[in-house]
Amino acid sequence: MAFDSQYYNVGYLDRLSYQDTFVHRLDPRTKLITTLLFLFTVISFSKYEVAALFPFLLFPAIFLTVGEIPPGFILKKVLLVSPFAIFIGIFNPLLDHGQVAILPGLTLPAGWLSFASILLKFFLTVSMALLLIATTSFPTICHALRRLGLPSIFVSQLLFLYRYIFVLGEEVMRIVRARDMRSYGRKGTEIKVFVRIAGVLFLRTVERAERIYFAMLARGYEGDMPVSKKYHLTTSDLAFALSVIVCLFIFRCYPVTQIIGNFFRGIFS
Amino acid sequence: MHMADALISPAVGATMWAGSLAVLGYSSRKIRETIDNKTIPLMGVMGAFIFAAQMINFTIPGTGSSGHLGGGMILAALLGPYAAFVVVASVLTVQALFFADGGLLALGCNVWNLGLYPCFIGYYLIYKPIAGDGGNYRRIFIASLLSVIVALQFGAFSVVLETILSGKSELPFHTFVLLMQPIHLAIGLVEGIVTAGILSYVKNARPEILDTGAVSRPPAAGLPCKNILIVFVVLAVLTGGVLSWFASTSPDGLEWSIEKVTGKGELAEQEKGIAPVLKEIQEKTAFLPDYNFKQAHKEKPETEKVPAWPGIDTGTSVSGVVGGGIVLGIVFLIGYGIRIFKRQ
Repeated sequence: MAFDSQYYNVGYLDRLSYQDTFVHRLDPRTKLITTLLFLFTVISFSKYEVAALFPFLLFPAIFLTVGEIPPGFILKKVLLVSPFAIFIGIFNPLLDHGQVAILPGLTLPAGWLSFASILLKFFLTVSMALLLIATTSFPTICHALRRLGLPSIFVSQLLFLYRYIFVLGEEVMRIVRARDMRSYGRKGTEIKVFVRIAGVLFLRTVERAERIYFAMLARGYEGDMPVSKKYHLTTSDLAFALSVIVCLFIFRCYPVTQIIGNFFRGIFS
Repeated sequence: MHMADALISPAVGATMWAGSLAVLGYSSRKIRETIDNKTIPLMGVMGAFIFAAQMINFTIPGTGSSGHLGGGMILAALLGPYAAFVVVASVLTVQALFFADGGLLALGCNVWNLGLYPCFIGYYLIYKPIAGDGGNYRRIFIASLLSVIVALQFGAFSVVLETILSGKSELPFHTFVLLMQPIHLAIGLVEGIVTAGILSYVKNARPEILDTGAVSRPPAAGLPCKNILIVFVVLAVLTGGVLSWFASTSPDGLEWSIEKVTGKGELAEQEKGIAPVLKEIQEKTAFLPDYNFKQAHKEKPETEKVPAWPGIDTGTSVSGVVGGGIVLGIVFLIGYGIRIFKRQ
């Protein structure tokens, strides 16, 4: 079952986020804001831009290595969600026939260039978002969102969701296993059976919510989620944010790839 | 049908973020006013329920392929539109972070496409009038089927609009629409039947749950006013999106529309940090080749496309290819170096 492995992947991603490295120790707000800036900068490039996107690979590379995240795991997850971008992007080579000279004697249809650009942007944005969650535990991201001014009800909603995905996920896997044991082939997977299972699951969920509410009341719940750990912006946060912003600025405004290319061509010719 | 970051432009992303944040803020305030603390844990666990229900696959009759539950309409019927919108937003946030399903910048688009339409348009305009308060089984069936289908059609159409306005894809508007709408009609049909089935089951087993959902529903008197407000927000985002599309040929217009959309409301604080960069980006993007609605003039001769490539002569693109290879090498070396350095 495809969802089984995805579910366990979430657990693995969650475990990764509790490591203790330089990236993990940064303030969640710093990481959230710099990641958003990064994403914004990447997608602001025109649709034919390929070369200028290469320097941005530096950011995932640094997060991967400093944060000690296994690259294969991130690659696999990126591949898993790539079909939609490929599906939309593959039409570009078919529809855009303008010719572009890449190397002397080699011209490519412009569509392939914009397709490559979409794929590169897709890789950069998805891997960076995954690396954010792999280096920042989810509760601290929620805390950062609260501090950045999102409604507290939304943030507590996220925290609940995070907590009970694992609980209900295990419950549903037991149910599905039981269903599969009792059915052969396609039998038992009809909509009628699904509706009953989902209905039972829903009723159990409501009853669980009632128990949770009473347990929370007993522990002094008053409608808001308190945080035990306070975060402070340190000098390393500021230094990190500043260097990211400077790098983004340089990569966005100067054709770094071309400059390096010219430089090396100058040496070898 | 989750939008991906790579397919949207900054203007579309920012506009949809602003729209979704505004609705989120409004819904949160509404929930605070009308709901007791008891419902907050229920909302949280309901989000997890949607996740869990998506893990159960079922066979779609006649085709043999398997489907999964979407869930926006079930939430709206059980929790009321405001709470449902917040739950859908949180589910999509977790999906964006953990599953990389739809990106962080596209999150605004996704919350809008999958949250706003079922919770407000589907619920207020279709589900509520047909199903009434509790209603009988047939009314629930018709109401959920219709509302799910309509909400999904709106959502699919928004995906098309957002993609076209972003100008990253070459897909012509009409082809894309003809591709998306029928697919989502089929998906909506299945999801509508499933939604109706679950709601009927709940009504059968615990009828009071469908009624207690009324707690979060606003009093009937306030309804028209709210509808007007929602229509207003929808219009604001649509005009914002259209304006930024027109404006992308002139820097002032883009700057104006982004400021217009993000300048007020919750975004004000973050804007301080982003504004200078945004401005920089705007100035840069303004010089880029004009890439709106290229398909509108598809008959344009090839020669006309060439001038849209300022500064592309073979010399610079050779540097691009050489530089690209070298940058890749440098990135790899830096990463490898850090890894070796850390091992010691």
